[in-house]
Amino acid sequence: MMVLTTSQMDITRDQDVVLFRNRVKEYAVKIGMSLVNQTKLITAASELVRNMLKYANGGKVTLEIVSRNNITGVRLVFEDQGPGIENIPQAMQDGFSTGKSLGMGLPGAKRLVNEFDIKSVVGKGTKVSIIRWKNAV
Amino acid sequence: MERIPILKMGEFLLVTIQVDLYDRLALTLENDLINMVAKSGSKGVLIDISSVSIVDSFMGRILGNIASMSRILDAETVVVGMQPAVAITLVELGLTLSGVHTALNVEKGIDLLKSKIGDTPTDEDHDGIDD
Repeated sequence: MMVLTTSQMDITRDQDVVLFRNRVKEYAVKIGMSLVNQTKLITAASELVRNMLKYANGGKVTLEIVSRNNITGVRLVFEDQGPGIENIPQAMQDGFSTGKSLGMGLPGAKRLVNEFDIKSVVGKGTKVSIIRWKNAV
Repeated sequence: MERIPILKMGEFLLVTIQVDLYDRLALTLENDLINMVAKSGSKGVLIDISSVSIVDSFMGRILGNIASMSRILDAETVVVGMQPAVAITLVELGLTLSGVHTALNVEKGIDLLKSKIGDTPTDEDHDGIDD
């Protein structure tokens, strides 16, 4: 996989959510992603960035335009130094939440993107990586 | 502080969201709207989200909260103008907005509200039951 463009953004407060979503949109528009795919990607990104704020008081996101076999896409990597997730399979279940939310963030975000990867170490932090390809369904 | 304006239209309240809401603004709107329902005794709330390009679970929860709180205060809520891409995304995300009525546009939303609250008969058109 080739990385064509990359940038980083620190997420520290509520207001960053909208700024960050605009950045993701810029990237998606730049590669000519369809509106529906853009909306799915940005919504997934919004869920993940909110998780980061809520459970880890923020973190860092890397935004990239990537290419594999001549297909371009947007990859977002969310890294935080929060408490980590003890039981990832449980966290990936619909309706499970340790906070007071709907428990939709992680499983919902996964459904909205083409590739989803999560790694977490308790006490160290969590890293979530997602890719949405330009025209993949 | 920035606020989303709430317009009173007859017996309904109309809110047009024209920016992507950050969390505090959304919570302020929820609060303002509920207070306004209580104060004005409105029977219906119309929320126009035609300019909103992203509805995530937080925003979905706010819409759901507004609908439940309004219902307790005897008002119905209709969300109108959702963009198709937003609808597709919401379903895939797993958010069904249960308890929130929806309509394609403001006009249809008003019709729906009127049918929900059952146009209250005024003195002239109240004609009782014939023998």
